[in-house]
Amino acid sequence: MGSFILKRLINLIPTLLVVGIIVFIITRMIPGDPASVMLGPQASVEDVENLREELGLNKSMPSQFISYVGDLAQLNLGYSYSYSESVFGLIIERFPNTVILALAALLIAVVIGIPAGILAARKQNTIVDYVVMLVSLVGVSMPIFWLGIMLVLFFSVNLGWFPATGMGNISEGLWPYLKHLILPAFALATIPMATFARITRSSMLEVISQDYIKTARSKGIKEYLVIGKHAFKNALTPILTVLGMQISNLLGGAVLTETIFSWPGMGRLIVDAIDKRDFVVVQGTVIFIAFIFVLVNLIVDVLYKVVNPKINLESSGGKK
Amino acid sequence: MTQAIVNETRKRNTLLRKLLKNKLATIGLIIVSLMAIVAIFAPLIATHPPNEMIVGKSFLPMNTEGHLLGTDNYGRDLFSRLVYGTRISMIVGIAAVLFGAVFGTLLGLVAGYFGGRSDSIIMRTMDGLFAFPFILLAITLMTVLGQGLVNVIVAIGIANIPGFARLVRGQVLSVKEEEFIEVTHSLGATHTRIIFSHILPNCLAPLIVYGTMSTAGAIISEAALSFLGLGVQPPTASWGSILKDGKDFLVLNPQMATFSGICILLTVLGINLLGDGLRDALDPKMKV
Repeated sequence: MGSFILKRLINLIPTLLVVGIIVFIITRMIPGDPASVMLGPQASVEDVENLREELGLNKSMPSQFISYVGDLAQLNLGYSYSYSESVFGLIIERFPNTVILALAALLIAVVIGIPAGILAARKQNTIVDYVVMLVSLVGVSMPIFWLGIMLVLFFSVNLGWFPATGMGNISEGLWPYLKHLILPAFALATIPMATFARITRSSMLEVISQDYIKTARSKGIKEYLVIGKHAFKNALTPILTVLGMQISNLLGGAVLTETIFSWPGMGRLIVDAIDKRDFVVVQGTVIFIAFIFVLVNLIVDVLYKVVNPKINLESSGGKK
Repeated sequence: MTQAIVNETRKRNTLLRKLLKNKLATIGLIIVSLMAIVAIFAPLIATHPPNEMIVGKSFLPMNTEGHLLGTDNYGRDLFSRLVYGTRISMIVGIAAVLFGAVFGTLLGLVAGYFGGRSDSIIMRTMDGLFAFPFILLAITLMTVLGQGLVNVIVAIGIANIPGFARLVRGQVLSVKEEEFIEVTHSLGATHTRIIFSHILPNCLAPLIVYGTMSTAGAIISEAALSFLGLGVQPPTASWGSILKDGKDFLVLNPQMATFSGICILLTVLGINLLGDGLRDALDPKMKV
């Protein structure tokens, strides 16, 4: 196990390097001079020149790349002029907020999605099954930014139950804090929840039809034990694969959800930085999210191996 | 040759028959066809020019003065803008997926067929692209490229490349080992011929299913980009940009946000239903 984790960690290095190269290339595609775009049309020639110097744009491409990789290795993501703060500092301030939102969404998705999928599989071809499948089909097709707005319209504007925007302070008590969290977390949870329900149903159906489940039943083992212990454990592998994929959805979805609910996380930071044309912040945050995503996928791979030791993951890279 | 054409037609007919037997897939097919008709005949269906602003007629409620869904903040007819928005969604959905499919398939074919160093270079790059959440990659590209329809297509298209490349590479690896490939090779067929005449046709079924599902994703992504103000340029009507404007006037005029979202949801749902049906008909083992 230890050597497996070590191997995967070593495999991470080329992926992270490629991620760095991709971001480097993309940010060099900005048409015109990034320094003058960032400072706007009113900036003086001197200011633009200073910023060019500061961003290293006067150097040749290869030497720009070398200093860029060197900075990355030291977690130096640059300095933001519009925020007057280091990009890493900006991210670290907001990262916990995004994690809270994403974890809350994941919790909702798992707690509702997986049981719904098990229920649908147990009651295959009944009205329960159809309702779960229909709802989850709508769920996977949902533009979550629209759902977020509709939740605000209904629960905040019309009913006044939850605040429309912002993040609560835990020092004001748990309930006010949760009140701010519920709507954005639910909006972000929609797609993972629906996906969990669909994949749990199909992999449970596959497992339930197998001989050892029939044997377990014929031995008189209680139904909840058959489903909960024997069937679910074996249906877990595809569910974990989907979990890995959903991390990407959660991180990407956070950008949209945070924008709608003015949630002070990394997604909101990116959108604000785009408005301010602050490419240094955009570049830093994007690269940070990609790194986190790669790391989380590594953890999912390790979990995968724990659940199913027979699986050979040597050939697979990151997951979608 | 004639026999081959007859066989091909027959195959297609069976596919359609299989699809029509599946009720949900039929509903999906109907929704997608309706949306395609709306997109093609938008000028005939729309009741007003989509960008025509009528001063003093902002935020008219539904069904007033010949405006079926009322008007927006600039006094533009909401129904007509939604009708024209279908065009943008359909164009971006199809073009971006084609872009991703063409480049992704080529890369996947090369990586899978030739293996070795080209495989590692291509697939490591794809792994790198996969490390970005899809929408984040599209957002970053749009920030750099700037607003505009073509740029939206390119950005979402690039974000689609790694998915297609991985899918095709996997297919190639399994087809490559088949005996008939070896036989064709020993008969003197060139690599290009083997790749395009023998390997590619065997990748088509999963490509069609994956392509259909990706179209749904591309439509949502376009709406998301336009919603963030990074998509098509105003005043072009796009569901995402209507939703963006609607968000600012949620209390005054909830129909802007409501109906633009319903259009997105309905189209994506239709495509997903169709995609599920195609998967069951073409490639039941595939898990997308």
